[in-house]
Amino acid sequence: MRYLPLSGTDRADMLAAIGVASIDDLFADLPADKRLTALPNLPPHASEQAVTRRLGAMAAKNTSAGSVPFFIGAGAYRHHVPATVDHLIQRSEFLTSYTPYQPEIAQGTLQVLFEFQTQVARLTGMEVANASMYDGSTGLAEAVLMAHRITKRDKAVLSGGVHPHYRGVVETVTRFPGHVVQSLPPDISGSEDILAAIDETTSCVVVQSPSFYGHLYDLKPIADKAHAVGALLIAVFTEVVSLGLIEPPGAQGADIVVGEGQSLGNPLSFGGPYVGLFATRQKYVRQMPGRLCGETVDADGRRAFVLTLSTREQHIRREKATSNICTNAGLCSLAFSIHLTLLGGAGLGKLARLNHANAVRLADALAVLPGVELLNRTFFNEFSLRLPKDAAAVVEKLASQGILAGVPASRLEPNRPELDNVLVIAATEVNTDEDRAALVGALREALS
Amino acid sequence: MTMNNVGRPTAPVATDAAVAATFTGNRGLAIEEPLLFEVGRLDVTGVDFEDVGAFEPRLGGLARTAPVDLPGLTEPETMRHYVRLSRQNYAIDLGLYPLGSCTMKHNPRLNEAMARLPGFADVHPLQPLSTVTGAVELVAELGRWLLELTGMASVAMSPKAGAHGEMCGMAAIKAAIVDRGEARDVVLVPESAHGTNPATAAQLGFRVVSVPARADGTVDPEEVRKRLGPEVAAIMLTNPNTCGLFERDIVEIAEAVHAAGAYFYADGANFNAIVGKVRPGDLGVDAMHINLHKTFSTPHGGGGPGAGPVVLSDRLAPYAPVPFVRFGEDGAAEFVETRKAAGERGLKPFGRITAFHGQMGMFVRSVAYMLSHGADGLKQASEDAVLAANYIKACLKDVMTVAFPERPAMHEVLFDDRFLEGTGVTTLDFAKAMIDEGYHPMTMYFPLVVHGALLIEPTESESKASLDQFIGMLRHLAETATSGDASAFKAAPRLAPRRRVDETLAARQPKLVHQG
Ligand SMILES: Cc1ncc(COP(=O)(O)O)c(C=O)c1O
Repeated sequence: MRYLPLSGTDRADMLAAIGVASIDDLFADLPADKRLTALPNLPPHASEQAVTRRLGAMAAKNTSAGSVPFFIGAGAYRHHVPATVDHLIQRSEFLTSYTPYQPEIAQGTLQVLFEFQTQVARLTGMEVANASMYDGSTGLAEAVLMAHRITKRDKAVLSGGVHPHYRGVVETVTRFPGHVVQSLPPDISGSEDILAAIDETTSCVVVQSPSFYGHLYDLKPIADKAHAVGALLIAVFTEVVSLGLIEPPGAQGADIVVGEGQSLGNPLSFGGPYVGLFATRQKYVRQMPGRLCGETVDADGRRAFVLTLSTREQHIRREKATSNICTNAGLCSLAFSIHLTLLGGAGLGKLARLNHANAVRLADALAVLPGVELLNRTFFNEFSLRLPKDAAAVVEKLASQGILAGVPASRLEPNRPELDNVLVIAATEVNTDEDRAALVGALREALS
Repeated sequence: MTMNNVGRPTAPVATDAAVAATFTGNRGLAIEEPLLFEVGRLDVTGVDFEDVGAFEPRLGGLARTAPVDLPGLTEPETMRHYVRLSRQNYAIDLGLYPLGSCTMKHNPRLNEAMARLPGFADVHPLQPLSTVTGAVELVAELGRWLLELTGMASVAMSPKAGAHGEMCGMAAIKAAIVDRGEARDVVLVPESAHGTNPATAAQLGFRVVSVPARADGTVDPEEVRKRLGPEVAAIMLTNPNTCGLFERDIVEIAEAVHAAGAYFYADGANFNAIVGKVRPGDLGVDAMHINLHKTFSTPHGGGGPGAGPVVLSDRLAPYAPVPFVRFGEDGAAEFVETRKAAGERGLKPFGRITAFHGQMGMFVRSVAYMLSHGADGLKQASEDAVLAANYIKACLKDVMTVAFPERPAMHEVLFDDRFLEGTGVTTLDFAKAMIDEGYHPMTMYFPLVVHGALLIEPTESESKASLDQFIGMLRHLAETATSGDASAFKAAPRLAPRRRVDETLAARQPKLVHQG
């Protein structure tokens, strides 16, 4: 077996050094009647070539996004990632190192984390950020729990623009300790009145902008109302590229900002691994979940970085920790950080404009199709249409013609028949004029 | 058993003469790299774009009023920045990485290549299912291997890491208890447990009751029985445990737990010791997470990502969160995505714990690892891992103190700091001296059940020559320490990119982002 360096002779010598007759003596504590006597019912070892054939055949059954006109977003986005990113994250020293528990020989990872935290804080307009969460959705659940700790209240109000999966995660995770979630109905028109739902019992208000349906929300009045009653505003985004063009949530009064960072540096990969971004105000730092990297000095006085404030974390605080998270999204945050370093603020702005422009052109071209209604007055790179037909059927038909047209809202909201005709469509810098023409033409035909 | 409440020092004490100064601060190939914010420029970008052309923005009044305050680097500068940083890290690809409980084994590059096939890496989680049949097949394939290797009924694939898997399994337990109309709210957690166990239980609203370890490092069924009662929901037991020992009374413990109406959650972080040797399902386990980033070799990436699928017993299977893959009588896999769809199949999922379907990129790597090893290779890997740990134990037991010498070690061996008593050298000093010898230290000060813990997990990836050098190095350090020469330990590390760092300063005045 190509991965196992010990030879038969080595094994015999080692058993002799240990002073046992056979390997089974080392497994003597396993209950005798439960030990396996035969190999598991699975195939034997295989060569690289054989594995490549097998997995290659599976992969070939999938329609990859890059092979067709592709307009799916809804929480994960296809962007061009510079080749440099994937090269660098495969450096052995990044890929095959553990969490930087020994700072003297992990300054590479630690400096990257410090830079990542700074990038996320500046991008969101916040004062501090952590070293990543699993993804945006789990980050949001943690933000809600954090708000409950800070306000000592237990009711979260969720906008109807929050991604249905994110809402599901918040509802699930906060139900077990007995917290309350008040979710507003899906806000397909971007016109909900969330202010009316905020009162003295509210711990936090959660607003996603751009929303699941693509709308941009003005967070300032929501922040003002929340703060007036002692609640926090949690701002969420699933498309981090939007921050290149939109006023950051920190500047609009958000107290905690969480988002999905997949768009920068990370492939779609059927849903994971992604990277959760988590930022807040300095005064709340000791209530934050997750790892934090801080600047310090070494014994010679040289600048150094180290994981810090770990008395918040499970390995020190155990059942009193702010979160149970341990392993996070390390390498995905590195990919994010490298991509953002290549872009810089200037490049991110350009990338965002390209995305917005492509979405505007696509929305305008689709909105004039007979029977189609564009539901958005505002949007970034994603918007919603009401079709004259069931959206899932239309998406399926277009897929059979080699066009991945978007996400039918009913896939995530199967219990709301009023959403059956709603289609959520994303456009990014990867879409060409030909892609757009193909979608417009195919949709026109499918609806006629 | 006394808990180690001594903690570990967090501020460096000693320093000796500075290393020869250079004009640049560099030392040969060890090149210092400033922060991105010190070398980058606001108007620079390392990405070229096509022209945007004219269009009518739809941002309402919400356009940014100021440009993003982030410097950029051109491509060659970016390459240097990160390559220089990377060289300040230790890595498995550089040498033995004996972090106990972390299973730092070789990460095959075939797995990286497979995960990057466009049919896996470039598919969206919400594509029509008809366009991702191969992706669902991959998830199902991993599920089948995990079920066969664990002997369990069902598997929830979406947890993002071990701790997330703990949450998934414990939430299933809570849902099952609520379904029974009960209100059990206590979870038993042995003292030696990883911090994520009590943290998870608490996050779900359980109360944690600790179970002490007995003198040989394992859990005493009598201590468990004493704490069982109608308020107990579950026990969370790591097996092999964090002392590197197999809980030999596990069946008795499981029976007692079940008889009391509670569930048995197993922390499977240490599954690498027993793959192909025994199946958790045969031991009475109701739920167990599997850290794919440990046992099944997905790279740790400097802290993540991981993946923590949870295998479930028949009794808990109906409560698995959406989405999940289910196997029919004929073995065919079915992808169930919504609570509505699950309900139509008579299931009662407790909810959803993440957007989308879990860590696909990690699934592909793990399947590549499993197919490569096969049933025979997986068993051999476990045996080699256990052999290596016991070999280290045998070769060092005369110079270092094995915490629990009576029982065979599993895949890791735990030492305590008795061998350092009176030397002035602490576990921390000892670990830092290993750095100067070119090694990453073992896990230190965990588990908490012994004083000054040193937990060594070599994994199956080391050759005998590599193990022998590692053993020789540790013998040398142990002998130097006990010969009364503490000075070199106190000053260590001297040859690493940084000397000991001031953790106290970092925590007292937290500087978490760069200013300026
Ligand atoms: C025994 C044990 N349990 C649980 C965990 C948590 O796993 P993860 O870091 O994947 O969340 C770890 C990992 O460090 C562990 O060693």
